[in-house]
Amino acid sequence: MKVLVPVKRVIDYNVKVRVKADGSGVDLANVKMSMNPFDEIAVEEAIRLKEAGKATEVVAVSIGVKQNQETLRTALAMGADRAILVVAADDVHTDIEPLAVAKILAAIVKEEEPGLVLAGKQAIDNDMNATGQMLSALLGWSQGTFASEVDIDGDNAKVTREVDGGLQTITVKMPTIITVDLRLNEPRYASLPNIMKAKRKPLDEKTPGDYGVDVTPRLTVVKTEEPAARAAGIKVGSVDELVAKLKEAGAV
Amino acid sequence: MDFALTEEQSAIFDMAYAFGQDNIAPHAQKWEAEGTIPKDLWPELAALGFGGLYVSEESGGSALSRLDATLVFEALSMACPSVAAFLSIHNMCAKMIDTFGSDELKARILPKAMTMETVLSYCLTEPGSGSDAAALKTRAEKTNEGYRLNGSKAFISGGGYSDAYVVMCRTGEDGPKGISTVVVEDGAEGLSFGALEEKMGWRSQPTAQVNFDNCLTATDNLVGEEGSGFKYAMAGLDGGRLNISACSLGAAQAGLNATLQYMSERKAFGKSIDQFQALQFRLADMEIELQAARTFLRQAAWKLDTGAPDATAFCAMAKKFVTETGSNVVDQCLQLHGGYGYLSDYGIEKLVRDLRVHQILEGTNEIMRVIVARHLIAR
Ligand SMILES: Cc1cc2nc3c(=O)[nH]c(=O)nc-3n(C[C@H](O)[C@H](O)[C@H](O)COP(=O)(O)OP(=O)(O)OC[C@H]3O[C@@H](n4cnc5c(N)ncnc54)[C@H](O)[C@@H]3O)c2cc1C
Ligand SMILES: Cc1cc2nc3c(=O)[nH]c(=O)nc-3n(C[C@H](O)[C@H](O)[C@H](O)COP(=O)(O)OP(=O)(O)OC[C@H]3O[C@@H](n4cnc5c(N)ncnc54)[C@H](O)[C@@H]3O)c2cc1C
Repeated sequence: MKVLVPVKRVIDYNVKVRVKADGSGVDLANVKMSMNPFDEIAVEEAIRLKEAGKATEVVAVSIGVKQNQETLRTALAMGADRAILVVAADDVHTDIEPLAVAKILAAIVKEEEPGLVLAGKQAIDNDMNATGQMLSALLGWSQGTFASEVDIDGDNAKVTREVDGGLQTITVKMPTIITVDLRLNEPRYASLPNIMKAKRKPLDEKTPGDYGVDVTPRLTVVKTEEPAARAAGIKVGSVDELVAKLKEAGAV
Repeated sequence: MDFALTEEQSAIFDMAYAFGQDNIAPHAQKWEAEGTIPKDLWPELAALGFGGLYVSEESGGSALSRLDATLVFEALSMACPSVAAFLSIHNMCAKMIDTFGSDELKARILPKAMTMETVLSYCLTEPGSGSDAAALKTRAEKTNEGYRLNGSKAFISGGGYSDAYVVMCRTGEDGPKGISTVVVEDGAEGLSFGALEEKMGWRSQPTAQVNFDNCLTATDNLVGEEGSGFKYAMAGLDGGRLNISACSLGAAQAGLNATLQYMSERKAFGKSIDQFQALQFRLADMEIELQAARTFLRQAAWKLDTGAPDATAFCAMAKKFVTETGSNVVDQCLQLHGGYGYLSDYGIEKLVRDLRVHQILEGTNEIMRVIVARHLIAR
């Protein structure tokens, strides 16, 4: 079974996010970018499936700017076998919307015929949480979202989902799309030899046109704002005063 | 000329940094208090290829360039310079064995050194000889059973902790040409250790005197040829100096990062202290010094990698400059933390203590100037 893993290049989770002066979005010029952490978990899961003999090949795909190559090399260094880069924008600030990504992925799925697509549940930049679900709809495949445990068994996959207030276990038919949550696994570090090997693994470059997909945005960003600064706190002298203040504020 | 790190180099740095932050930084203070680094850390580092950073691929190493290796040490020392520096010593020994050892010795020692089941220590300094290392007195007599060693090595990082010792000892005449290198494994007859040294910094690493009392090691444990030991010992030092400089650089960068964070939160006279211009200028100076140090270090590493004739002088210059810059920067970090910098909770005073010794070992910074001056005058 081949596993396809889409990976997104996003602003590194350690970077202090700054809004662009014109409010059109977040400033991404000269900031550190990394693989979306949920996608790292997806890559890790795919590699573990291969190590367990349940997958034969892991193919990583990234859609965005040319620099996404770096993100794909990270996936290759972790253990993916090859990569496909779809160059769909020149400017790092151009976000390729979930529907366009899902359409490109659907076309790649038709070409590559994987038995499983493992994706992050969402990207930490726009938090859309939509690509996996849209891909499922476009392909007519089953889906198991927010996975915290995955057990592939022949024609079925048992997926434990993180739902509000607990866990839900479902069985889905293969081929399927699984979107992964934080607790599924802890991604490995790429070792030095694997970082070196990654350079020699195949990385195909494509364009949306190769798949007949138009990536022109359909959504308009009206405004991007910093969250309101937290108001200064106050110091209280005693427990009684604390309780009184909380009552005043209607908090207890 | 291209000053940018390649994609691969960035990946190496990021990986080492992430490992350090996840697996070393949270424990650095505890390990310092305990005076030892848990031995099970090493195989974890080795699994990432850190057991033989610049050991050849044939011997199971990662075959990195020295410049790439400085990235690893810079990144790891952002978590703890004492742990990173210890790894540097093991790597220096592994590289010596890989470059100069016989195939038999390599096959016997290196596989476990690469997985770091065998941690290696470097034994050059003696109680009576430090900077003048070629004056060493530890003797090795060749006998029918093997080499019999007598003498002592001082200040040995990993003394009593490591699994094998790479020992520079005298097999012939006085002076550098009478020196050989032998491997002595832990548990060898006649091998013993002094008490743990009480130190200012590098406290998580055990340092002890290593004593040889008719200590027996196999004839096959000779590294390379008799009489070439001093040459081998020195061959490792150019790169060792780069590593130790990288350790100063990474730790100082971590100190500066922590200081920036602290200053944005700490208020005095009604504003956060990073709003005082006097302090902003100091931050700017620290940044300028660190960037200069980084550029200088990487240039020296590049010289060593490309076999430039002035590589030794550049490694010496970089070592002097970067280790002093690192110490100056962390001292400023402490100052900018006010009284809190002096408390161990903030981790800054540890950096001041850890980095101080980088001006002393791998050749003192005076000896670095001796090397540079000799190079100048010979020109
Ligand atoms: C924590 C720690 C760990 C160490 N780990 C190891 C290890 O693992 N293996 C190992 O072999 N060694 C190790 N050392 C030893 C270290 O390499 C020596 O301390 C160092 O080489 C200096 O030697 P010394 O202490 O004998 O000082 P000395 O050589 O006695 O020097 C004293 C002072 O005189 C100066 N000086 C000496 N000669 C000259 C000259 N010609 N011109 C100008 N100034 C001069 C020196 O710069 C210094 O300031 C370690 C030391 C420490 C502190
Ligand atoms: C071991 C120890 C013992 C002590 N003992 C006592 C004691 O017995 N009694 C007691 O009362 N206190 C004591 N102190 C506290 C000590 O006096 C304070 O740490 C010191 O006054 C600095 O204050 P701070 O730590 O709050 O630093 P901060 O005032 O927060 O200063 C942080 C940094 O900002 C700089 N800074 C602040 N304002 C400005 C400005 N306007 N312009 C430029 N730079 C500025 C400071 O110079 C410093 O570098 C002790 C501290 C220590 C570490």
